[in-house]
Amino acid sequence: MLQEIRERIVSANRTAAPLRVRGSGTKDFYAEDLVGEVLEVSGHRGIVDYEPTELVITARAGTPLSEIETLLAAQGQFLAFEPPAFGADPTLGGIIAAGLSGPRRMQAGAVRDFVLGAKLLNAEAQELRFGGQVMKNVAGFDVSRLLCGSLGILGVITEVSLKVLPRPRCEETLRLTLSAADAIDVFNRLGSLPLPISAAAWVDGSGWVRLSGAPSAIKAARERIGGDLVDAATAGSFWDRLRHFELPVLQAPALWRVSVPSAAPPLRLSAPVLLDWGGAVRWYVDEAGKDVRAIVAAAGGTALRWRGATTESRFHPLSSAVARIHRRLKERFDPRGIFNRGRLLRGL
Amino acid sequence: MTLPAPLSARISGDEPPWSDPDQTLSPARAQAVIEELRALLSPGGVLSEPEELRPYECDGLAAFRRVPVAVALPRSESEVRDVLTACRKHNVPVVARGAGTGLSGGAMPHPCSVVLSLARLNQILEVDPVARTARVQPGVRNLAVSEAAAPFGLYYAPDPSSQLACTIGGNVAENSGGVHCLKYGLTVHNVLGVRGYTIDGERIELGGGALDSPGLDLLAVAIGSEGLLLVVTEVLVRLIPRPPLAQVVMASFDDVGKAGNAVAAIIAAGIIPAGLEMMDRKASVAVEPFVKAGYDLSAAAILLCEADGTPDEVAAEIGEVESVLKASGATALAVSRSEAERLRFWSGRKNAFPAAGRVSPDYYCMDGTIPRKRLGQVLKAIEQMEERYGLKCMNVFHAGDGNLHPLILFDANRPGEWDKADRFGAQILELCVELGGTITGEHGVGIEKINSMCVQFSPQERAVFFAVKKAFDPHGLLNPGKAIPTLARCAEYGRMHVRHGALPHPDLPRF
Repeated sequence: MLQEIRERIVSANRTAAPLRVRGSGTKDFYAEDLVGEVLEVSGHRGIVDYEPTELVITARAGTPLSEIETLLAAQGQFLAFEPPAFGADPTLGGIIAAGLSGPRRMQAGAVRDFVLGAKLLNAEAQELRFGGQVMKNVAGFDVSRLLCGSLGILGVITEVSLKVLPRPRCEETLRLTLSAADAIDVFNRLGSLPLPISAAAWVDGSGWVRLSGAPSAIKAARERIGGDLVDAATAGSFWDRLRHFELPVLQAPALWRVSVPSAAPPLRLSAPVLLDWGGAVRWYVDEAGKDVRAIVAAAGGTALRWRGATTESRFHPLSSAVARIHRRLKERFDPRGIFNRGRLLRGL
Repeated sequence: MTLPAPLSARISGDEPPWSDPDQTLSPARAQAVIEELRALLSPGGVLSEPEELRPYECDGLAAFRRVPVAVALPRSESEVRDVLTACRKHNVPVVARGAGTGLSGGAMPHPCSVVLSLARLNQILEVDPVARTARVQPGVRNLAVSEAAAPFGLYYAPDPSSQLACTIGGNVAENSGGVHCLKYGLTVHNVLGVRGYTIDGERIELGGGALDSPGLDLLAVAIGSEGLLLVVTEVLVRLIPRPPLAQVVMASFDDVGKAGNAVAAIIAAGIIPAGLEMMDRKASVAVEPFVKAGYDLSAAAILLCEADGTPDEVAAEIGEVESVLKASGATALAVSRSEAERLRFWSGRKNAFPAAGRVSPDYYCMDGTIPRKRLGQVLKAIEQMEERYGLKCMNVFHAGDGNLHPLILFDANRPGEWDKADRFGAQILELCVELGGTITGEHGVGIEKINSMCVQFSPQERAVFFAVKKAFDPHGLLNPGKAIPTLARCAEYGRMHVRHGALPHPDLPRF
């Protein structure tokens, strides 16, 4: 399988023909342009190494998320960054390339915080290895983290090593009735206390706070926070639907995903339909007639047009200095522009 | 505070393990740069007299020294930009420097360079207790950030052992760790954003107060880039709530292999301790007279395991850790009963480097990382190397994350000993790579491990590093000659190694 992928790359590079790298295709809707002939990589799959006591799993990029999660669960471990599945079964490579993380990101960290190493096929189809399978590694620039969210524009990811964590001993969810503005305030105040909060979201007039850890710490936190204890089934279903982008509010035909400092006061947009990451991610339905990007930028954030027709770029524009570095990186990693052309940045 | 000074000044005449024959700076050009910098910076902002330059000739790795052309001490971001623009104009290399506590020679000057000291950019600009962030200048000391956040019950988690002196700018350059990284992460996990300047004097902002940024994750590359990509002038760090309590268990083992298995057993029990450290007997014997921590000197290895959280949480975790350690064959256990005792248990581990300096005229600290399960194997191999090189080595170990710090003891006054220590160290690092680990877990490559990079990375992988370098610094003026070896340099190192027998990387082109 790897040999086939290599041959496709060599041939594409010879003719400068763009390739569209694809795992399970769960995120075809995401990001900018889909250009080129599809290069299926989901066949390059399988767990390479997993030792629970090392807290590391290494798998080929085409390995489906379900296979990884099942294996980890049997050992009481999990992927703490909670990658979204979008109702299907994404590949590890796609998860890394998209760089999207779930509700636990606010406490545990993002995809990039758990990547320890990766292998990459470059434009000459040579397999390169960056990082490794160890927790601490500062040899060379951190290219494996650079691949997180790169949307495949630097090469074909073939193998990834991730840090895994033990599943929390206990999880409980509290529900508070409050407005979005109050939720932002409450989430941030709770965030500065030593409480085991692993997720904090708001939707439809309810704030949801998930506690994860030792039973004694959760009990103390419950007393501190108040609200109503949510039964385990309802709570599990809510967090799953939030993680996998399955909540009804996220099915709107036009949506903005806004990333701001969690403590940023309510923005001058219509009310958000959803808050996640303790207020650091805010979702808005279409804001016709408003300069969303300018309003968000003034609050220290960026706006992504998640869904809805647009002629503009979906991602927030980069500063000219940062865009220049992107162009130079792309020119050197992929001189003939064969990998996922235009997927991350138009024209790149 | 005794800062690590691994090697005495006596060996300062040694050649650094690189040379840069292409670059020379005539006295006239040097003078022109100095004059331009004088005109740009506020008074006292440029040092150029030999006695003024002396303190800047090395960092914490004193074995490698070079005197720069000048030292620039800007007081503001705009002065930093001016220094960079001037150096770019004159085509003069720039070596950024924080407190100079680094252990890999990353801040050692290039002989034709201007050292750009960020020491005067030392303001904590903002502590935001609601957003739980601090905005600081690069010259702020690591510990000062936590001190400023303490009134709000918050702190900055990464705690390298030099945290009293080392600066945040240096931590960003090295992606520094500490004894709590297994649970709380490295610098890369705790820095939200940086602002800085490219060699062209262009301001760039990477990351920020929001958790997601569009485009490639250039922040992840900037952190740990050892001054090769940009000069950072402002850092936004994440602060986290200080746990109400921390307690440490100290366990003795009569065999290092058993201690290693105990570490795996703790992880297997689903526990991620706040700290998990190991010392071998040579290390505990060396530090005990110095710190009087009450270490069990009959133990082949001592394990320190810290729990933090609410009092109930800590009590539960300590109880579990104790039973795991007993089941793993611990011969003695002690739990800290007070904060003073907790600090005392830690004191030996935190003072291992200065203690090495007391028992030996010189020492050389290594920084390899291995998969934890290889610990016993590596320690046995190190014992064999001790015999082979005729030098002693004491071992301290961030056991939780597999990061080894073997301290090779030697006397630079004895002819040939530094050379032996150097080869001993390189052999340890090569073993780490062979076992699936890395040559540096937290100290950086700098100039020290530049040869070992040839062992860890293929020519194509190193070409990618140069591609990253050129995307940020097309002229190659920021800290040249560090962190990434050229093809020619690796070929040279390969030839050197042929004399010892096996050719380590036969894939390299030979010149």
